[in-house]
Amino acid sequence: MKRLIALSARHWYAWAMVAPVVIVIGLIIGYPLGRGVYLSLTDATEANVERTIGVNHIPATYEFTGLENYTRILSDSVFWDRLGWTALWTVGCVSVTFLLGLSLANMLNRKVRGRAFYRVAMIVPWGIPAFVSVFAWKMLFNEKNGLLNKVLDGGGIDGVPWLGDPVWAKVAVIGVNVWLGVPFMIVAMLGALQSIPGELYEAAEMDGAGPWQRFRNITLPGVRSVSSTVILLSTIWTFNMFPVIFLLTKGGPEDSTEILVTYAFRLSFVNSPRDFASSAAWGVLILLLLSLFTIVYRRALRRQGEAW
Amino acid sequence: MTMRTQKRTPLASFGLHAGLLVGTVCALFPPLWLLVTSFKPKSEAFSASLVRNFTFGNYTHVVNDTHFLTWFANSLIVVIGTTLIGVFIAATTGYAISRFRFPGMRPLMWVLLITQMFPMAVLIVPLYNTMAKLGLLNQPVGLIITYLTIAVPFCAWMMKGFFDTIPVDIDESGRVDGLNPFGTFWRLILPLAKPGIAVTGFYTFVTAWAEVAYATAFMTGEENLTLAGGLQTFVNRYGSDWGSMTAAAVIIAVPAAVVFAFAQRHLVSGLTAGATKS
Repeated sequence: MKRLIALSARHWYAWAMVAPVVIVIGLIIGYPLGRGVYLSLTDATEANVERTIGVNHIPATYEFTGLENYTRILSDSVFWDRLGWTALWTVGCVSVTFLLGLSLANMLNRKVRGRAFYRVAMIVPWGIPAFVSVFAWKMLFNEKNGLLNKVLDGGGIDGVPWLGDPVWAKVAVIGVNVWLGVPFMIVAMLGALQSIPGELYEAAEMDGAGPWQRFRNITLPGVRSVSSTVILLSTIWTFNMFPVIFLLTKGGPEDSTEILVTYAFRLSFVNSPRDFASSAAWGVLILLLLSLFTIVYRRALRRQGEAW
Repeated sequence: MTMRTQKRTPLASFGLHAGLLVGTVCALFPPLWLLVTSFKPKSEAFSASLVRNFTFGNYTHVVNDTHFLTWFANSLIVVIGTTLIGVFIAATTGYAISRFRFPGMRPLMWVLLITQMFPMAVLIVPLYNTMAKLGLLNQPVGLIITYLTIAVPFCAWMMKGFFDTIPVDIDESGRVDGLNPFGTFWRLILPLAKPGIAVTGFYTFVTAWAEVAYATAFMTGEENLTLAGGLQTFVNRYGSDWGSMTAAAVIIAVPAAVVFAFAQRHLVSGLTAGATKS
């Protein structure tokens, strides 16, 4: 007790300063999170949750069902199919985005005329709200009249059902997400490249190292720590990326582009009747998967001597 | 940094410019095409040519004959509310975790980091039910509270990064002058951190402006929508009005792009610094 008083005498400033955020996070994230986990253990649907219709107040009648939702979801192939595609989507998007971002940043890091213009122009997709860009793409992808198919037509190639065919729809959503993600990569990697001292390159050149050797032995190690952070961030963002798929294909055709997050959303806000319990269970599973990924990723980095 | 002065061969130079040009065209084309299309009459929305019959018709239609201005106002209320409250609450926390070592600091930093990666899927159902119970669905206030779940952890984290860049000597000089920690924060550090606060605020603004999932789920009924929901009404399964969509999209994108242009230079350092230093 005495220790506690001594502690609070010393730290009350700090505690008072963090108090607002702790309270707010507890109320609007902690409580819903707990409630979400609880809901995932019940059979709550639209029809049995507490609600008010006009002046009538209807109390909740859903029941605790234990892990039933989880066993049902995990024994159903829908979850595993969606997980497989989500993994492919995430790996595809992140790797292509990262490689494009790194190469373009490399080009921008050279003395080249019009550098400032190129840099600004290539960041534009980041500055436009994603849902606006997605609609722009939706227009370009339009099967009958879209510009992409008109161009193909002009070249004598048959139009592609961009959003109507399961495979092409997957290509299309990944393409749009890469388009949205590259600018962030360019800026981040450019920052990393610019922090590499130029003398290193000069010394390597004097020792007769070729461009590829310089890239492998100076550039890559130089951008490692920033890369590992951006790849982690970008993986999490892509895994949770909602607007691209929801607005471009609505998960279709026939669920083929539905990732875990959009599917969970669909269960409670698109389907009828709304299945709150299953949706919450999907949400919890997504959270578990992401946490697992983050832990494994950090372990791997730590083993290789990265500090954070 | 120093740029290497090695002379490039013409071929390498050509390749470099070609690569950069392709990147630029890919980046600029979709938004530019949106802009071009917005000036075409509705019937020519899909014509492959540039504007043949220039018109502001789409814009006047969107502004006068749809709920667009209401959506715009709704979005503005939600976004400004979120930004102000988020930044305001987060400022002191950012300072505390940047400067003090106190019991509970590490767990708090973890919470701030982890909540940023919370999938909306895990919070959306309980938040929806709570809002329904409180009668806050279709109310801007409900959406503001919801967006704070995104904004508060993010703002606190960004702000910590900015406070980290202010030398500790300044705090010490404040203490020497007899200011308590609150006084130091309020009178000395906060004024210095203004640019950081601006960037954090603007980024929160842009993020909330572009949020789709919560806005789609929580706001229904034409006059309650925010822009993210409203834009979807132009092109849906009941019909497609591409002309109006493009005009609305342009009006939505311009404020965000302006705000973004202002904030982007400081953004990446803020996002990555926090992660590499913790």
